[in-house]
Amino acid sequence: MSAMPTITYNFGYLDEQTKRMIRRAILKAIAIPGYQVPFASREMPMPYGWGTGGVQVTAAILGPDDILKVIDQGSDDTTNAVAIRSFFAATAGVRTTTRTKEATIIQTRHRVPETKLGPEQILVYQVPIPEPLRFLEPRETETRTLHALADYGLMHVKLYEDIARHGHIATTYAYPVMVAGRYVTDPSPIPKFDNPKLDDCPALQLFGAGREQRIYAIPPHTRVVSLDFEDHPFRVQRFDRPCALCGAEDVYLDEVILDDRGGRMFVCSDTDHCDQRRAAGHAGTMAPQGAPKGTSKP
Amino acid sequence: MNPNDMSADDVGANDMSADEPPLLSARGLTKYYGARAGCLDVDLDVYPGEVLAIVGESGSGKSTLLALLATELAPSAGTVGYRMAGDALTDLATLPEADRRRLLRTEWGFVRQNAEQGLRMAVSAGGNVGERLMAIGWRNYGAIRAEAGDWLGRVEIADDRIDDDPRGFSGGMRQRLQIARNLVTRPRLVFMDEPTGGLDVSVQARLLDLIRSLVADLGAAVIIVTHDLAVARLLSHRIMVMRHGRVIETGLTDQVLDDPREPYTQLLVASVLAA
Ligand SMILES: Nc1ncnc2c1ncn2[C@@H]1O[C@H](COP(=O)(O)OP(=O)(O)OP(=O)(O)O)[C@@H](O)[C@H]1O
Ligand SMILES: [Mg+2]
Repeated sequence: MSAMPTITYNFGYLDEQTKRMIRRAILKAIAIPGYQVPFASREMPMPYGWGTGGVQVTAAILGPDDILKVIDQGSDDTTNAVAIRSFFAATAGVRTTTRTKEATIIQTRHRVPETKLGPEQILVYQVPIPEPLRFLEPRETETRTLHALADYGLMHVKLYEDIARHGHIATTYAYPVMVAGRYVTDPSPIPKFDNPKLDDCPALQLFGAGREQRIYAIPPHTRVVSLDFEDHPFRVQRFDRPCALCGAEDVYLDEVILDDRGGRMFVCSDTDHCDQRRAAGHAGTMAPQGAPKGTSKP
Repeated sequence: MNPNDMSADDVGANDMSADEPPLLSARGLTKYYGARAGCLDVDLDVYPGEVLAIVGESGSGKSTLLALLATELAPSAGTVGYRMAGDALTDLATLPEADRRRLLRTEWGFVRQNAEQGLRMAVSAGGNVGERLMAIGWRNYGAIRAEAGDWLGRVEIADDRIDDDPRGFSGGMRQRLQIARNLVTRPRLVFMDEPTGGLDVSVQARLLDLIRSLVADLGAAVIIVTHDLAVARLLSHRIMVMRHGRVIETGLTDQVLDDPREPYTQLLVASVLAA
C-alpha cells in the first residue's frame, strides 16, 4: 500500500513466536468448543474496540495464499473495516476482497454474512466482552467455576428477567448460545438474527477478545443452540418488508435515513450480499435503474 | 397467634424417632484463623426435621461453626458428614465441587443476616426465587413464575411485587424473600445465621413465626445461629451453647434454658432474663 511508510513488518505484523502462542490458544479453543482460552494479547497499532482480538487471530492464521475480507456491521466500507483490510494488505501483502464467496478468511464485527459459508472458510469474530455471565456475576473466579461446573442457572435468570420486564426475551444482540451441549458462549454482538447461522456451520468460527485476552472457537458442524424457555422459544427478528435495493426477504436489514423529512429505506446490512443479488438481476422497490456499481448503500 | 406463647415442642413436624440416623454429623470440627481459634473440637449431630440453635456471645464461634458445617469454610481439623437423600453418610470433604454445589442449591439452604449477601439485589423478586428452579433445570417460564409467585405468597410478599427488585424492599421483606429463595427447592437442611438480626422487634416476631411454620411444613432440619435466647426458645428443639470456640452445654432447648447446668449458661440465661 502506497500510504504506508517503507518499514518491513513481519508477515501479518506479529512476530512468529507470538503467532505460535496464539495458534496454540486457537488449537485449544477448537479442541474445547465454546471454552474461553486465555492468551497473552499483544499491543496492536490500533486501539482496543477496533478489533485487536480479531486482528491477532487473523494475523496468526493468515497465510500468503489467503484472501481476506473484513466486514463491520455487514459492510466492507466502514472506517474500521477499511483500516483492518489495509493493515493486512500492508503487513502481509495478502489479497483482499469484498466478496464473501471469494474470501478464505473473513474478519467480522457484529454480523455473520448472509451468503452461506463453506468448509474452506474461516470466520473471525471481533469480541468486546467474551464472558456471557459477566453482567450477572462480575467475579472472574466465580464465572470460571460456573463454566467448569456447567452451572448455568444464572443465564436463564437473565432471560427470565427479560420476559418479566418486557413480556418477551428482549435480548437482541449477543444472545447467549450453548455450544456443543457444554459451554454457554457469547456469540459476540451479532444480532440474534444471525444466531442460527452459527449452528452446524461448515466454516470454522474463531472469536478473539483483545482487551479481555480470550480466544474461543466453534469448530465446523458444531451444534449451537440459543438459550430459551419452552414457553418462550428463541425466535429471530422478522422484517416486515424486503430489502429496498435487492428485494431480499430473508436477510437482516439496516434502516437508512434518506433526508431530514423522515424519508428512509430498509436495505441489506450485508453489502456484498446485496451487490451480488442486484448483479444477478434482483431489484427492490427503490433500486436505481441500470446495473449496480460496487457499493450499495446510498 | 403470638409466637412468644409457644415453644418449639408444640410444632408437630418434629418427629425425631430414636432410630433415625442423623442428617448431618460433625466430629472434632476445628478452625484456626492463624493462631486464633474460631471453633474448637465440635461434635454435632442434626436429625431430619430437627431445629438446632447455636447460641453464645459475640465472638464465641457460632458463625465459624455454621460456615464449616455448610462447607463454606474448610476446617483446620475434623470432618462433616451428610446423608444424601436415600444414601449413606458422605464425608463432605471428599465430595466433588460439582456435587457440593448441587447440594447447596437443592437439598440445602442458607439464610444470611445480611440480605444483600443472600439475594441478587438487581434481580426481581420472582427471579430471585426462580433462580434455584432454573439451576436445577426448570425451563418453563410460566411454571417458574407460578412457583415463585406461590412462594412469595407463602412468605407474605404481595404478588404485585414479583417484578420488583429487593432494593426497594424493607429489611423484613428482604429476609422473607431470602427465605422463599432458599425454601423453593424444599431443602432438607437450612442454615440460618442471625436471620432476624437488625430487624425491629415486631418485624422479628412475625418473621420467626413464618420461619417456624414454613420449616415445620417442609419438615426441614434447621441449624440456626443466634445470640438471642428468645429466638432459640421459640424456634429450636435443641440448643448448643458455645464459648471461646467450644460447645460447653447442649440439650433440649427448654431444659437448657430453664435449668442450665453450666455456670456460663446460667449467666447467659440470667442476663437475658434481666434484659
Ligand atoms: N475471617 C476471620 N479472620 C480472623 N479471625 C476471625 C475471622 N472470622 C472470625 N474470626 C474470629 O474467630 C472467632 C469466632 O468468630 P465468629 O464470627 O465465628 O463468632 P460469632 O459467634 O459468630 O460472633 P458474632 O455473634 O459476633 O457474629 C472470633 O474471635 C473472631 O474474631
Ligand atoms: Mg456471627
